[in-house]
Amino acid sequence: MRALFLRDLVLAFRLGGGGPMAAAFFAMATLLLPIGIGGSPEALSRIAGGALWVSALLACLLSLDRLFQADWEDGSLDLILLAPPAPELAVLAKAAAHWLTTGAPLVILSPLLALTLSLDPAAYLTLILSLLVGTPALSLIGSIGAALTVGVRRGGLLLSLLVLPLYLPTLILGARAVERASTGLDPSAALLLSGAATLVALAAAPFAAAAALRVNLR
Amino acid sequence: MALVAERVTAERGGRRVLAAPDFRVEPGEAALVTGPNGAGKSTLLRVIAGLLSAATGRVTLEGAEAPGERAAYAGHLDAVKPQLSVRANLAFWARLHGGGDVEAALARFGLAEAAEEPAGWLSAGRRRRLGLARLLVTGRPLWLLDEPTVSLDAASAEAFAGLVAAHCAGGGIVVAVSHTPLALPAGPRIALAPPGRAEAEAADPFLAGAW
Repeated sequence: MRALFLRDLVLAFRLGGGGPMAAAFFAMATLLLPIGIGGSPEALSRIAGGALWVSALLACLLSLDRLFQADWEDGSLDLILLAPPAPELAVLAKAAAHWLTTGAPLVILSPLLALTLSLDPAAYLTLILSLLVGTPALSLIGSIGAALTVGVRRGGLLLSLLVLPLYLPTLILGARAVERASTGLDPSAALLLSGAATLVALAAAPFAAAAALRVNLR
Repeated sequence: MALVAERVTAERGGRRVLAAPDFRVEPGEAALVTGPNGAGKSTLLRVIAGLLSAATGRVTLEGAEAPGERAAYAGHLDAVKPQLSVRANLAFWARLHGGGDVEAALARFGLAEAAEEPAGWLSAGRRRRLGLARLLVTGRPLWLLDEPTVSLDAASAEAFAGLVAAHCAGGGIVVAVSHTPLALPAGPRIALAPPGRAEAEAADPFLAGAW
């Protein structure tokens, strides 16, 4: 399981890997907003939390379709399922590597991008916390969608349609936490609920994704 | 610990794609699966590995229920990551299976001098050898080989036959599908016939002679 995790980390930063891409997309999408909306700081700071969260969500989706597809195409997926680690653990290892190479860079990048959206200084800590707590759910829930669409040609679009509705709780809670913090309210309830959503995903996603993989390879 | 298949059939989308005769492969034996295209040879290997579930019947390793946990499978695809070096590719599979001897496997397949090259640079033949080298590092007793010698040159194919013989001599079991003559150790010969021929012909204008 550790071997799979480490291999996916290495592959994410080699040619064709999704790691730096997701972070670059996140930065690009977020930087387009001030240009599109105009520079009024009041307008920007009102949408900053939601905008950063939507960008993070889309950036995460960008690399999800390769999560199992790349291994399926070269025959590795069959062999990973035959290997000693249970498929559930293999899913967990791949989702963890996906989060570390796409979710974690977004967390680190977010304060910098919040600056361009004139986010209220009081909300920075909450923004980082909300992404830290919420983005693992994106990788975990995404692994279910990726497992369901493995083997589907150009399954990326189908994957987005399947997964985006499931991202709603995480998006709402994450954006709400940032919004509350920037208006001087206590964001802890939204953060805790977002953490709960991540824990539910952590408990359910490996089983759901492994079941989907088994069905898909048969 | 013999491999035993009883009344195995498999279906895809409700259509029968495999009807295998009963067979038994003892440790130290190599079974050769033969049959025309579409007879279900690859399907049989996937059923044995547990990657496909049998519609009826079952395949068991005596003493262990699921052959998949003891099987090393070499299919049409080599499961090689072109971005990683030859050694890193093999080391990954070794670690995933709890550590096999990577250097020895590289040497046995004549890949030692290419170990640091990206696997994407390999020729088709060497790529296949890297895929087959995986069999050694998994340390598993049951080898399932789907056309293992495709794109190997004569010398490599001969060397591979030697490895298969050594594996069998050590008590391993091999089930191989091959169109090219492969010098396998003794074992059953499993002849497959395409199942539901009339049904397939009705559905497939190419077979029905519409052309």
